[in-house]
Amino acid sequence: MQAMVRFGLGARPGEPPPSDPRGWLAGQIRAPDPTMLDPAPTTANGLSILRSDRDAKVTAAERRTRPLFRAEAAALLENALTTPAPFRERLVWFWANHFTVSVRRPACAAVTGAFVAEAIRPHVTGRFADMLLAVMRHPAMLLYLDNVASVGPDSPAGQRGRRGLNENLARECLELHTVSPAAGYTQADVTSFARILTGWSIDLKDDPPGFVFRVGAHEPGDKALLGQSFPPGQQGGEMALAFLAAHPATHRHLAEKLVRHFVADDPAPDEVRAVEAVLRDTGGDLGAASLALIDLPRAWQPGGKLRTPQEFVLAALRGLDLPADRRPALLGAVGGLGQPVFAAPAPNGWPDRAADWAAPEAMIRRIDWTYALAGRAAGVDPMQAAEAALGPLLRAETLDAVRHAGSRREALTLLFASPEFQRR
Amino acid sequence: MTGRSPTITRRRTLLGLAGGLVFASGGARMALAMAAAPTERRFVVVILRGALDGMAAVPPYGDPALAALRPGLLPPPVGAPDGMRDLGGFFGLHPALANLHAMYAANEALIVHAVAGPYRSRSHFEAQDCLESGADHRMTSGWLNRALSAMPADPATVAEGGRAMAMGVGVPLLLRGPVMVGSWAPQAFAAPAPSLYAQIAALHGADALTGPAIAEGLRERGFSAQALAASGGDGMQQGPARYSFPALARDAGAMLAAPGGPRIAAMELGGWDTHSAQTARLAYPLGQLDAGLGALKEALGPAWAQTAVLVMTEFGRTARMNGTGGTDHGTGTVAFVAGGAVQGGRVLADWPGLGAGRLLDDRDLQPTMDLRALAKGLLTQHLGVPAAALGAVFPASDTQAQARGLVRV
Repeated sequence: MQAMVRFGLGARPGEPPPSDPRGWLAGQIRAPDPTMLDPAPTTANGLSILRSDRDAKVTAAERRTRPLFRAEAAALLENALTTPAPFRERLVWFWANHFTVSVRRPACAAVTGAFVAEAIRPHVTGRFADMLLAVMRHPAMLLYLDNVASVGPDSPAGQRGRRGLNENLARECLELHTVSPAAGYTQADVTSFARILTGWSIDLKDDPPGFVFRVGAHEPGDKALLGQSFPPGQQGGEMALAFLAAHPATHRHLAEKLVRHFVADDPAPDEVRAVEAVLRDTGGDLGAASLALIDLPRAWQPGGKLRTPQEFVLAALRGLDLPADRRPALLGAVGGLGQPVFAAPAPNGWPDRAADWAAPEAMIRRIDWTYALAGRAAGVDPMQAAEAALGPLLRAETLDAVRHAGSRREALTLLFASPEFQRR
Repeated sequence: MTGRSPTITRRRTLLGLAGGLVFASGGARMALAMAAAPTERRFVVVILRGALDGMAAVPPYGDPALAALRPGLLPPPVGAPDGMRDLGGFFGLHPALANLHAMYAANEALIVHAVAGPYRSRSHFEAQDCLESGADHRMTSGWLNRALSAMPADPATVAEGGRAMAMGVGVPLLLRGPVMVGSWAPQAFAAPAPSLYAQIAALHGADALTGPAIAEGLRERGFSAQALAASGGDGMQQGPARYSFPALARDAGAMLAAPGGPRIAAMELGGWDTHSAQTARLAYPLGQLDAGLGALKEALGPAWAQTAVLVMTEFGRTARMNGTGGTDHGTGTVAFVAGGAVQGGRVLADWPGLGAGRLLDDRDLQPTMDLRALAKGLLTQHLGVPAAALGAVFPASDTQAQARGLVRV
């Protein structure tokens, strides 16, 4: 049960806890991703719609990228309700949050689904360097962190005058995605890395539209980053990203985030070091790092992590296993509880500490949402639901409250609002 | 997230639509069925989930054995400040039920006592299933839905595609079945009763993270800290009005009153499972129920004259007070039938008595009337369900003839 709760997305009725929890988790890492999304997002489709929206000069309310985004985001959430590989899916969500793109930048709505499908999902058990390159080349990230318009001052486009360097992507890549401030980089490194990435842009007019390296916007000459020199051209950027991906500070940063997400808000240094060592020794193999998480002793201690709103909503719906026509709207649910899909307020993504999610009003909203959900679950046996959702993790106190509740609805509300169900 | 205006908008939108549509939205305690009924009569069923103590709502103060059974649970006598309201010299009505008493005085409320369904389960869940199934076992449809299918069809509404529409999230079993019933629910009501909040807060009480957060969140919502400290929700009467059952009842009344609107509604109200501190805890839900009945009547306006409301609960509670100032799961209890169409102003009871040897299993009020007899009488006399159809509505109930004379003719 702990495997399903800690590493998965919550238990489901009819899916008994695996007899070999570690084998069950490891099998998901070794097997291919079973996910088949409908609609299947692609960058070309998203950018084509974005282009036609822009050509038609539609108002915000008329943007066709919005329904596209909603359909793709809903498909991703629904997939999470039934996926046979919930650990792998958790990794997808983890890395998508690590490399946050957000519809707070409206153009991103066109390609967020494609971003997850193309830049994140194929690499969650692969090499971090490959994921990093796929992310930095992806139109969603280039749009979100403004690199599409970044122009080298000494490039032909820069010499013509109107636009200049935009450091946003370079700064966040160093600070959030790779080495983190612990590496001791300077403003000069940020600026230099931004010059390295000039020209990494998108071409909406191409067919199909997608990534383009704009030679005319690329800053000429060699550039230094963290003491290394990189040649001009797209290749220089690829080399810089490979260098960053392999940097010891990156391994430390990723290990800490992984352990914080899967084990504890305040990761134990020895456990961070264990995962860091795996990343170092395997050349950034994320599958190996994921397997290392399973071996951390503290990962098997119950509780400890508060479920985020998304994790809570998914776990509750998995626990009830309602037919599709009786489920509440998933997008509205996670949004109403404070964690709308792909709408993080800032590039550092959704927080991964309980204190950020346990605000008083936030907890009451969870209770209210649970009560509304329980109203849809007429006919669900609360005792069976409790056994299926929590099994041995269920406290006697909660079981007693569920058993003696005045109605099924109240019983299910008590179950899913209980402290142990708020944890994973 | 909450607020009244979306409710109104949504209702208007709904009423402007033809039937045959199913609506789903978040959170609710009401289901309305607009049946193809050849009638302007309105019928509302209120399910009290959690088992109302009938002898607290309607104390048989004339029974000499009462006081010894539950010395700590009796309201002040008739005539005393905050005392019981009299129902003719033997029964009293809980002081919180002022509107119901006024209806009784206006011959618009029938108080039914020592009533129960055919089942003898003391499990809330099983008993509620039976109550709504109209049988001694759980069925896949509810008696009110089966009654809808037995009602003579109105050609005008059938032509529109069998406009059976219900509103409310989670249609209760009572209304589920072959006749399509949609659901409607105002978002504003997607919040639990105060007692449920209190129970959840108690479950989190020892949790260093979520415990203080939930306590503070409830305080910000208007619940007092002292109330949270008390187990089970006594003293939590200070809940925000926006979640109130009366407001929902008012909406139901407005919809039922509208020309071409629904004619049948089911609502539910929780908070009755008073195992401890019963006197304090019952005041809130009883007040909600009473205010809801008042709001329903007011919103129905002239249509109140064509309305019958059945209030029922899954079972009663033990005759004796338990060791924690409450009562445990029992059997016989009360039901209310209110409305302008009701032949009221009386108590309908074949009183079994509370003396030695009179209690069921030496613990519960002995039921002397079957809820199905009451429901059968309302369906036939009020809604025109053919008597021949009652066997399908309440299977295996031949021994329970309909109660006569429930509505004005």
